[in-house]
Amino acid sequence: MVQGSERQIQAARGVRRTVAACAGVVLAMGGLALASAPLYDMFCKATGFNGTPLVGAAPAATDGEALAPVTVRFDTNVSKNLSWRFRPEQASVEAVPGRTATVFFKVTNTGKEPSKGIAVFNVQPDLMGSYFVKVQCFCFDEHTLQPGESAEFPLVFYVDPALRKDPDIGTLPEMTLSYTYFPSKNGAPVAEAAKPSKTTNF
Amino acid sequence: MATAAAHAGHDAHDDHKPSFFSRWFLSTNHKDIGTLYLVFAFMAGTIGAFLSFGIRMEMEEPGLQYFSNPATYNVFVTGHGLIMVFFMVMPALIGGFGNWFVPLMIGAPDMAFPRMNNISFWLTVSGFACLVCSLFVEGSPGAQGAGTGWTVYPPLSSATGHPGPAVDFAIFSLHLAGAGSILGAINFITTILNMRAPGMTLHKMPLFAWAELVTAFLLLLSLPVLAGAITMLLTDRNFGTTFFAPEGGGDPVLYQHLFWFFGHPEVYVMILPAFGIVSHIIATFSKKPVFGYLAMAYAMVAIGVVGFVVWAHHMYTVGLSLQTQSYFVFATMVIAVPTGVKIFSWIATMWGGSIRFTAAMHWAVGFIFLFTVGGVTGVVLANSAVDKYLHDTYYVVAHFHYVLSLGAVFIIFAGVYYWFPKMTGHIIPEWAGKLHFWLAFIGANILFFPMHFLGLAGMPRRYADYPEAFAGWHKVATLGGHVFALGMVVFVIGIVLAFRSKTRAADNPWGEGATTLEWTLSSPPPFHQFETLPKIVDEPAH
Repeated sequence: MVQGSERQIQAARGVRRTVAACAGVVLAMGGLALASAPLYDMFCKATGFNGTPLVGAAPAATDGEALAPVTVRFDTNVSKNLSWRFRPEQASVEAVPGRTATVFFKVTNTGKEPSKGIAVFNVQPDLMGSYFVKVQCFCFDEHTLQPGESAEFPLVFYVDPALRKDPDIGTLPEMTLSYTYFPSKNGAPVAEAAKPSKTTNF
Repeated sequence: MATAAAHAGHDAHDDHKPSFFSRWFLSTNHKDIGTLYLVFAFMAGTIGAFLSFGIRMEMEEPGLQYFSNPATYNVFVTGHGLIMVFFMVMPALIGGFGNWFVPLMIGAPDMAFPRMNNISFWLTVSGFACLVCSLFVEGSPGAQGAGTGWTVYPPLSSATGHPGPAVDFAIFSLHLAGAGSILGAINFITTILNMRAPGMTLHKMPLFAWAELVTAFLLLLSLPVLAGAITMLLTDRNFGTTFFAPEGGGDPVLYQHLFWFFGHPEVYVMILPAFGIVSHIIATFSKKPVFGYLAMAYAMVAIGVVGFVVWAHHMYTVGLSLQTQSYFVFATMVIAVPTGVKIFSWIATMWGGSIRFTAAMHWAVGFIFLFTVGGVTGVVLANSAVDKYLHDTYYVVAHFHYVLSLGAVFIIFAGVYYWFPKMTGHIIPEWAGKLHFWLAFIGANILFFPMHFLGLAGMPRRYADYPEAFAGWHKVATLGGHVFALGMVVFVIGIVLAFRSKTRAADNPWGEGATTLEWTLSSPPPFHQFETLPKIVDEPAH
């Protein structure tokens, strides 16, 4: 029976190893799923995926011929939980690829209390994300406005000249940059921050 | 399959059964747990079928007949989908037949972790209880239950669309059922990899055991992702996080990616065990080893692997880039190759065989035909350009009912007719199985084939009402539903007759075609089997 018990010990070792490997797979996949939101965020910011504008330094001056401009339209929205008014100074701008453009946005707190807000942003069509580079943007920081206070925020951006070589969207004449202001809590926007307390569903 | 050369007879005193309560509530016996799973799947499936009947009755005519609130109709659709996927097909094919026959086929005395097996079952039952609870608490404003579809997409499933606790209950239900399935998958993998009888290499293992092994790996890799996604949804709903809410920098499309990373392998989880069962039935009743055994086994592995990289073909309309769409179209179509290998190998198994058209064989051959129809419409839907038009129409409903309702479910019935004598020692009259088959085959085709026409004409899914133009085919479909339901009555009658009849099944009622190890045991098998492990002699595998 020595051989038999050796066999059993070996079998038990095999079982332990299989279970450990399986548990490892479950934990790894679960961890990846939970980490997917920050990972997806990093991926979008790095590649401009899904209409996420890139952030970068001003482009090097090019002495080549100016490429056909892209009409960049601005779309401004405010969450219903924030009593702010938010308008671009001009509805659209003709941006020549490779040259920086500056646009000002005017924000006014129309409420009776000081409030903090932060803007989230996106471009459409979303393939444009990887060609739209922000050099400076008010949307990187949160802002506090006193009741009735107004502020003018600048946006400095350029459209990457590589856009014109893109086989899918290289010939598109226009794009839209959309902003939505949300109430901010510690720099991260939250939908319900303006409410005094949050009621849970239970 | 290799045969057992030396299999010691079973002493009667091995067959002590515990008392009723400890046998069925504290069970650690793989056959008893398998029986519990099958009975549970039948009960949950009956509830799911009643929900689908509600859907079909409402859709018989335009206008709102039975549902004063269309949100309740959506709750029925959601409940039907979740119950059929998580509490009928999976428990029947994996928990039921898997528990019953994987240990028998590989010559193991039981599953590797009998107590964990018991936990898996009761977690599944608890999950079902949670889902039933969700039907009776508020979901969307003014309606009870979660009307989110089985996909539970935010923002419909977030606090915006469903402020009530129904979705929370549905999420807990999926958590519990998912935990049960993960534990079950670990149990299957450990059993199959470590407890095969001496001489049974992986390449001699029956195809059903292969199918359950691949299925268990799919569950192990995909279910934690679903658990993560719905946990994030839960915290979005209750604790103010914004994983899937754009106002906090989140993205609802991320939920869809996570869901379908689980959801697509899940459809193979439902069909792979059926592939395994159909291979055995075709081989048994053609009196031939299955054609291309190794290709059949590795086709399932290939389907499992490729199944993980095609998920976004469910999401062509969310705004994927052209290149992404091209990739997913291509990858999806690749799956048709191993699936084709299986279909043709089944046909080649029958070719030149000595075919006996028993009830089980009827269901298996019917499955091959219907699954092929569903597979072909799947290749149509794989094209992103076509899918833009057909997305969320009845064409999709027809497609996945052909592969699931007519695929997986047909093979559940085939498995019952094939293994019922082995599991119980009783025999279902052949005429009942054949009558049930013809009613189900004709009924299901009348029910689901017109849905292709409805979808092509533009009828969207998940609406309680529709314009007059769609009325004709909806009426036909409901008629088919009645015929299918009649078949279910015949099924129950067949089972009742089997238990009332005095005749007992032989150890191997199907004759020389049935070569797997379960047929070497008595019918029903002893409470504990293979105390002396069977030795597998070298024979060409099939």
